[in-house]
Amino acid sequence: MSLQQMFRREASKRMALSAGIVAPDSARCVQCGICTYNCPIGIDVRRHVWQEQTVSDSHCLTCGECITRCPRGVLSFQRANLEAEAAK
Amino acid sequence: MKYVIIGSGVAGVAAAEAIRSQNTAGEIVLIGDDPHGYYSRPGLAYYLSSELPDKQLFSHTKEDFRKLHLHRIKGQVTQINPVQHQIEVTPNGRLHYDRLLLAVGSTAVRLKTPGADLKGVVKLDHLEDARQIVKLARKAKTAVVIGGGITALELVEGLTARGVKVHYFLRGDRYWKNVLDEEESRIILQHLQDDGVKIHLHTEDVEILGKKGRVVGVRTKDGRTIKCGMVAFAIGIRPRIELAQAAGLKVDRGVLVNRYLQTSAKDIYAAGDVAQVYDPLSGQFVLDSLWGPAREQGRTAGLNMTGQQTTYVKSAPFNVTRLAGLTTTIIGTVGHGQDEDLVGIARGDSETWRQMPDALIAQSGFDVNRLRLMIGEKRLLGAIVMGDQTLSTPLQKMITDGVDITSIRANLLQSDAPIADIIADYWTEWRVQHAS
Repeated sequence: MSLQQMFRREASKRMALSAGIVAPDSARCVQCGICTYNCPIGIDVRRHVWQEQTVSDSHCLTCGECITRCPRGVLSFQRANLEAEAAK
Repeated sequence: MKYVIIGSGVAGVAAAEAIRSQNTAGEIVLIGDDPHGYYSRPGLAYYLSSELPDKQLFSHTKEDFRKLHLHRIKGQVTQINPVQHQIEVTPNGRLHYDRLLLAVGSTAVRLKTPGADLKGVVKLDHLEDARQIVKLARKAKTAVVIGGGITALELVEGLTARGVKVHYFLRGDRYWKNVLDEEESRIILQHLQDDGVKIHLHTEDVEILGKKGRVVGVRTKDGRTIKCGMVAFAIGIRPRIELAQAAGLKVDRGVLVNRYLQTSAKDIYAAGDVAQVYDPLSGQFVLDSLWGPAREQGRTAGLNMTGQQTTYVKSAPFNVTRLAGLTTTIIGTVGHGQDEDLVGIARGDSETWRQMPDALIAQSGFDVNRLRLMIGEKRLLGAIVMGDQTLSTPLQKMITDGVDITSIRANLLQSDAPIADIIADYWTEWRVQHAS
């Protein structure tokens, strides 16, 4: 992978993150696990929802697959605070 | 301090987590009679429709339970002695408790039709039931589904998704008539028909026919015989109150609890489907069979068992579900009366939904996307959002928080008012004004 490609990948991830981070409305969740099952990189999204936390996993692609698949509208994109993320 | 929790569902697990969050030293015993322990019961619908493998329904690992230092017992509690603070467990024998939680859930009301004990007659209470249905669906070409509410449709849709031809029996002229209005029922039945389901209105089963102990058909009251390889029923649920009743606790349709979720017996609490809790909306003690309230009640009861005084305030019940493929949110009070296809409530259901007070109705949409609002004097009392779910969360919050709608009430009640737009605009404005 060239430096340029790496830069592009990082830039597109940053752009996606600036659009949002996956956040739960835990009161809607019944822990069925469809989100976790469909996550392309195997993040246990359901566990974040149970703990009432945003999907703060740095590997999250923000692809939106979990949001689309959830049958109960538990998940949505929330605007991420990039400065706070960077400070971690 | 020894905490004993009877029931391994979401209320029981939430209680165990809450107790452990406050009390690191006490012993917690979790006793359950479901051989599979804790899993997502509502998720069974997605297992039936092949959207999930069954192993995916288990959210907590052994390690999660180990961290909680739970002593888990697979067994059946046969007796509670509130005076001596003891319970009898099969096969473990007598156990002492300092604080006890009843979170034993509910059970499907059995079909009384002759032939209901034949092989191939199934319900959907537990994972074991769902596995049996999946197994039967591999061989059965045709099934009859009897009942109402959400579970009946989960059965209809799950079997259809598995390639089984489904005959759906309804006793009246429409589906779920004490929660949905005529138009909503019609939309759902139309969708089911489009998916190949044969709807039989005004149809009652009088006998399940068998051959060599297995289902071969159902005879109806009007004399027809529908051939089928299986019969699935969902005619309602009953809280499992027998233990509490035998122990002398105050019971009604469920186990009665106060605002701290204490039963009438000292040191015994109840949470989840089995608990009948006070509903400030209706002023009555009501039953829910909903995951969210069960978790919240378990958590509150758990905290109170450790000595806290946390009040459980029941909020407007809501559920987001799929009815005939249409995502539907039901919030607050939306209907009234009886439904002949159900005895009481079903799973994923609330008695509150049927306690519609004097309210005016505004509605829009006819085909796929439909919105119905129950409008009180100053606030929204209930809503049904079908199809497009954009307004589902705003309405849930507006109804739960009792947002004042005085300024838009007249607009909502105008004939042909664009109620979705009015609500969306008002919600945007309200959020800006109330942003912290």
